[in-house]
Amino acid sequence: MSQSNPHSAGELSHLADEESEHRTPLLADLRLWAVIGIAFLLIAPHFIYPVMIAKVLCFALFAAAFNLLLGFAGLLSFGHAAFFGFSAYVTGYCLQTLGFTAELGILAGTATGALLGLLIGALAIRRQGIYFAMITLALSQMVYFVCLQAPFTGGEDGLQGVPRRPLFGVVDMTSNINVYYLVLAIFCFGIFIIYRTVHSPFGQVLKSIRENEDRAISLGYDADRYKLLAFVLSAALAGLAGSTKVMIFQLASLTDVQWQMSGEVVLMAVLGGIGTMLGPILGATIIITLQNELAQIGSLTTIVQGAVFVVCVLLFRRGIVGELSHRWNRWRGRSDETTGEEPRTASKG
Amino acid sequence: MTESLLSVEGLEAWYDESHILHGMNFTVGKGEIVTLLGRNGAGKTTTMRSIMGLVRKRTGSVRFGAVETIGLSANQIARAGIAFCPEERGIFSSLTVKENLMLPPVVAEGGMSVERVYELFPILKARGASQGTKLSGGEQQMLAIARILRTGAHLLLLDEPTEGLAPVIVEQIGQIIEKLKEEGFTILLVEQNFRFAEAVGDRHHIVEHGQVIDSFERHEVEANREKITGYLGV
Repeated sequence: MSQSNPHSAGELSHLADEESEHRTPLLADLRLWAVIGIAFLLIAPHFIYPVMIAKVLCFALFAAAFNLLLGFAGLLSFGHAAFFGFSAYVTGYCLQTLGFTAELGILAGTATGALLGLLIGALAIRRQGIYFAMITLALSQMVYFVCLQAPFTGGEDGLQGVPRRPLFGVVDMTSNINVYYLVLAIFCFGIFIIYRTVHSPFGQVLKSIRENEDRAISLGYDADRYKLLAFVLSAALAGLAGSTKVMIFQLASLTDVQWQMSGEVVLMAVLGGIGTMLGPILGATIIITLQNELAQIGSLTTIVQGAVFVVCVLLFRRGIVGELSHRWNRWRGRSDETTGEEPRTASKG
Repeated sequence: MTESLLSVEGLEAWYDESHILHGMNFTVGKGEIVTLLGRNGAGKTTTMRSIMGLVRKRTGSVRFGAVETIGLSANQIARAGIAFCPEERGIFSSLTVKENLMLPPVVAEGGMSVERVYELFPILKARGASQGTKLSGGEQQMLAIARILRTGAHLLLLDEPTEGLAPVIVEQIGQIIEKLKEEGFTILLVEQNFRFAEAVGDRHHIVEHGQVIDSFERHEVEANREKITGYLGV
């Protein structure tokens, strides 16, 4: 992995200077993209159907939450639909039966996601790799069963016609455009939380655990605690996305909690590029747009989706955003990239 | 010998079914540099990993100061004040040099300040924004040592810090180890390079088949040179 470096100290510091010059564009890019993106999203509902974009944002947040776990902690969960879907039911129930205002309903859903994440995470993080994935899948199927059978979920029908109660009891939420801006605010909030997490010392510890768990532990970190925290945070944000979806569609159904949904979010994250900030957002946009545009051809949608996935995996091994940023960095002649997917090093001594 | 900081008694360890350590006995005094020497596969690295708690199946006694660590997990042992610099260095490629340096948690007061670390390793300051694994082998070794100096750990376990490095870098690392000793660090060193070990070590333990079979103080080395080279097969 390491090559001997022929440069003298003087040359090296020169190189380092060059590097810091090269560093700005990428960072500036991300900020620039954020500003452009938000500006676009602010005016978008005037020429695109707001419910459609709101749906994309909602799934983008879901995929970003999932990516926090897979991309930065290296944990592949196959049960994220449980947090997304079950939180949706809780929010739906709170709005419909308990008469909560919008923000309280969403908060209740998010808290439920976190709590469920704590339960499932505490069991699952004891195992690694495929066993971790299988445990999360099994437990999420149990959640699915609860949703199918419990009296408050409406069984096969789900919760329909969930009222859009006013935000804080005063801001009217009945119009699509208002709901859209609420969703946009929640989306930005969620992505901001993820961004801060990844770029905090906590995020660095997560990355170190993903890369070499033994080493992180022998430096003094309790890896399980960090993984559990990441799991809970990811589950809470997935719950936030699920709760938001109820505000958009006024519906909580079994679709959101079944295993296909867990698979779909994996697809979105991998397609866009795991371990990147923009990847899951782009991945969700592509998948949701495909599903909408291809709705009229019915069951062929999944075939097209599968084909797109295969092509992307073959052409963009790091995901679309991961591959683009990798090539960009290479083109800039800057070999330092810290966000892209790195080959994982074996840790056996 | 001064007051002992680490004392290992009857330490046995297993990887799955294979029994690697068969009762290691040795002590490391406060402020000493003690080396473990021996051929490949003698159990030197396993001894370090067992002290650090990375080998799960282990019995016997490892006392660090007043604390018995044999029942503790690796992260608890690290928090107690033992720092391990593994042979493969364990630099994280997804973190920058600076992030690698700042990653380990401070476990006790009295660790080195970042300024002092940069003074000892100026290259790390110059390369702070680079990806950790883009450093050369020697620089990575320096980073691996540097990042455990900040934490306040008193006992450093260094596993073959000179492996695969150019002679001029080995010399630098030797100087750094001397400086660390002056600053009061206690060091347990595993080495294949006997010349390096004899230059820095206060005491040498020869390890074979998972046991310490012989020990030499620094002043005894000259008289027993033939015996030692016989043990090491060099």
